[in-house]
Amino acid sequence: MTRIASCKSRTQVKFQFNGETLTAFNGDSVAAALLASNAGPFRTTPVSHAPRNPYCMMGICFDCLVTIDGVGNRQACLCEVTDGMQVETQLGRRDIAK
Amino acid sequence: MTVDPDVVVIGGGVIGSAISLGLAMRGKRVTVLDGADIAHRASRGNFSLIWVQSKGLGMPGYADWARKAALSWPVFAEQLERLSGVDLAFIQPGGLHLTLSEGELEARKRVFIRLREQCGGVDPYPWEILDAAQVKRMLPEVGPTVTGASYCPLDGQANSLRLLRALHIGGNRSNVSYRPLHIVTTIEHRGGEFVIKTDKGTFTAGKVVLTAGHDNARLGPMVGLDVPVRPQKGEILVTEKVRPFLYYPTINVRQTDEGGVQLGDSVEETGFDDTVDLRVLSAIAGRITKMFPLLENVNIVRTWGALRVMPRDGKPIYDQSKTCPGAFVATAHSGVSMASVHMLEVPRMIAAGALDAELSCFTSERFQ
Repeated sequence: MTRIASCKSRTQVKFQFNGETLTAFNGDSVAAALLASNAGPFRTTPVSHAPRNPYCMMGICFDCLVTIDGVGNRQACLCEVTDGMQVETQLGRRDIAK
Repeated sequence: MTVDPDVVVIGGGVIGSAISLGLAMRGKRVTVLDGADIAHRASRGNFSLIWVQSKGLGMPGYADWARKAALSWPVFAEQLERLSGVDLAFIQPGGLHLTLSEGELEARKRVFIRLREQCGGVDPYPWEILDAAQVKRMLPEVGPTVTGASYCPLDGQANSLRLLRALHIGGNRSNVSYRPLHIVTTIEHRGGEFVIKTDKGTFTAGKVVLTAGHDNARLGPMVGLDVPVRPQKGEILVTEKVRPFLYYPTINVRQTDEGGVQLGDSVEETGFDDTVDLRVLSAIAGRITKMFPLLENVNIVRTWGALRVMPRDGKPIYDQSKTCPGAFVATAHSGVSMASVHMLEVPRMIAAGALDAELSCFTSERFQ
């Protein structure tokens, strides 16, 4: 298990959220990285368009959906952030026609 | 003091709810005796199409009835939405039956030609055979292996769960007395009245309507009605919600108003087993992704199996008992397609005490 104090020595990665460059630690989930940067909302809901952020952080609630490198409805809590990753807010329904 | 209802309707699915609401709108006092949530409810598992094309083969009267139902849907939807405040997500842009080979397309065409012959040389409803290019113009996302489609402008879709809810809310607002968890044990015909015993008490009414789906097979003989229905399983997959791309319902894939894509369906004779089978689901997904390759990487979020209430010849059964007049049965595999006439037409006939001549082809005499 990684002690929180030792995280400071981990490698940093840079990724984009809605065009803005953010920094995370290597091995972070996308959800953890966004929350640590105080970024959001992660998505808006398909029917009522309410803004949402992660709730469960373990793959159950689907409230952390984001678009990653052009693929919609990815669960941010289950994806590891990588250097140069393009993350965007999931606005409503996923666009699969692209 | 409680007043006996005029009519007891047994079964609160989409058929029983439509008929009981229609009766209440005509001023009848109606009690609905419904089963439990664990009952095999086709009303909660169906594909939610309003579908006309190919109905009626072997029974021209069914083609006419299906056309009437589809043409009545806009008025029905408007009335029910106003009464219940529920959006039924009803659209009627016409529907397509996509084909993946020339043979399949040819078979579609033969269906309509045979139907026309059976209807005295006149098409009972409009249809068209579309080639691949025509389909591509209507549905730009179809894959290269789609050879064409049959198209009927009367086809459409709704949200069947909201339809059932709307019928229940409408019934409640129209003083239908809805009793869930009332399992009917016996029905007796005594002195012109029906005495209906349930595990929660006895009900008496001048008329009784059987709309209990699979249970009609058990209840029918209690009032002299033969109702040969059997369960026929269909399995369905639903995807995550995606942007609209499927602008027309098709016979086995449609997009809901909220964005989810429903993929169907199988036809399986497995008795009362409604479990899903991964091999069947995968065959469905394989066929539909050939039709719409863009679905290949879309996530499936839900699957289920449901049991169609299938009459022996696939056609609806509407009948009144000869030995116990006042006892009616209404059962059909297409409870959503027929919901309009079940609320607007059938209750008038039940209230009058006789089914119209146009329903004479649907009695269970045809099974004898």
